[in-house]
Amino acid sequence: MSKTILIVGGGLAGTIVANGLCRQLGAQLRSGAVSITMLGASDTHMYQPGLLYVPFGRMREHELFREQSRVLDRRIHYYVDPAKNVDVEKKQVSTESGRTFKYDYLVLATGSRIMPQSIPGMQEAAHWFYDLEGARKLRDALNNFQGGKIVVNINAPHKCPVAPVEFTLMLHEFLEGKGIRDKCEITYTYPIGRLHSLEPVAHWAGPVFEKLGIKSEIFFNTESVDPIGKTITSMEGSVMPFDLLVTIPPHEGAAVISESGLGKGGWVPTNTKTLHREGSDDIFVVGDTTNIPISKAGSTAHFEADVLIDNLASLVQEGRWAREYDGKAFCFIETGFSTGTYVWFNYQTPPTVAPPSQMLHWFKLAYNRLYWLSARGLL
Amino acid sequence: MAERQTVDARGAFCPGPLMELIAALKLASVGDEVEVLSSDKGSVNDIPAWVAKVGHQFVGSTELDGYWSVVVKKAK
Ligand SMILES: Cc1cc2nc3c(=O)[nH]c(=O)nc-3n(C[C@H](O)[C@H](O)[C@H](O)COP(=O)(O)OP(=O)(O)OC[C@H]3O[C@@H](n4cnc5c(N)ncnc54)[C@H](O)[C@@H]3O)c2cc1C
Repeated sequence: MSKTILIVGGGLAGTIVANGLCRQLGAQLRSGAVSITMLGASDTHMYQPGLLYVPFGRMREHELFREQSRVLDRRIHYYVDPAKNVDVEKKQVSTESGRTFKYDYLVLATGSRIMPQSIPGMQEAAHWFYDLEGARKLRDALNNFQGGKIVVNINAPHKCPVAPVEFTLMLHEFLEGKGIRDKCEITYTYPIGRLHSLEPVAHWAGPVFEKLGIKSEIFFNTESVDPIGKTITSMEGSVMPFDLLVTIPPHEGAAVISESGLGKGGWVPTNTKTLHREGSDDIFVVGDTTNIPISKAGSTAHFEADVLIDNLASLVQEGRWAREYDGKAFCFIETGFSTGTYVWFNYQTPPTVAPPSQMLHWFKLAYNRLYWLSARGLL
Repeated sequence: MAERQTVDARGAFCPGPLMELIAALKLASVGDEVEVLSSDKGSVNDIPAWVAKVGHQFVGSTELDGYWSVVVKKAK
């Protein structure tokens, strides 16, 4: 009997998994022994890391998008019909349009989303660049900004742990370029007791911030924002005035996950090595939506996807397991508009940061283009 | 009814045990407990210090086989 692999979510992880499975299961797809279906929320695919450059006018909006049908292998049945409910007992997913899809194997890849509405006043008073609408508004706000206090406020949990540091350094250079840096005060706030969760990044950022005159406040977890008085208050009791508030809002997973009872806050309890949903051997979880305590990043999603492809293809073809995920994560870090660095680590190896260089900045810029090859599974 | 949730942050370099705790507390209800398992000894000091600052309740920490269990109750 034909086996159906159903992938929910057509972002980075879901797309890499789908394309990778097509490459490995060519014979089974041809014979009809396997079919692959994907449910997504849009007919376009967005390169999210590109949003970092939008507020500074360094990436045009159209560069962020491709048609999902061009990114996906043609053998995948793609439906723009978001999943509404996942029924793990009946092994089926129902969609917003009322369709029902049965599965033999289910891949959950619904990612994470920003929740500014979860903090009083944040949605009204803050800017962000973690979605397109926010990045556009921030671009306008920065263009009109003539000086004053800027607070860059980071909340937990959030995806891409390095984007806030990159943004802060790029903001400094942007204001210098505009000739108003001396009229601005930048303060960076972070939830825990150092500037970054990655210890070497925190050690490196400290002196860099000092040199650039960027102030910081650690142990700052936002409790509320006052849109009229223009202040932000932390759970720790600090109140900070701002003229421009740029926030990384706290994140949650997709609503379909929590509403189907698959995990509080949309985070699915996931085995850290096999990527199985805890308690199910026919459901895999990949990318931001896992509850695995590692960075929610495209690179993590990519390395997980590679493992998942090998395992799912082996299970279908040979009924055996291929390999385990080792917790690998890798992030390029922009240290300004002309230099960059990177950090990598896994479950066993602590992170280290390479010395920033122009070459590494070019690598990141090159990756901004190569992403489309990586999503297609060619890189 | 109050719940107890365990966050296994052993070997987690990023976001790390305290950030995981902060995220878990956001989703918990008042009275719930969150247990964080951490292989980083620093968390044993960091977590109670932060919990005292924001007004949650530190329940206790125990050294186990090469890692620590730190329990916090959501108080507000
Ligand atoms: C500003 C910014 C900068 C970043 N920079 C970097 C970087 O430099 N390096 C890095 O590694 N990572 C970076 N990231 C993070 C990276 O983009 C994410 O971690 C990555 O996209 C996660 O992949 P995913 O497939 O899990 O989730 P996503 O790519 O977000 O995909 C999830 C998909 O699921 C869909 N979906 C949601 N609900 C449903 C539903 N009910 N039914 C069907 N589909 C659904 C969504 O529409 C989405 O398309 C950055 C992110 C941002 C926002």
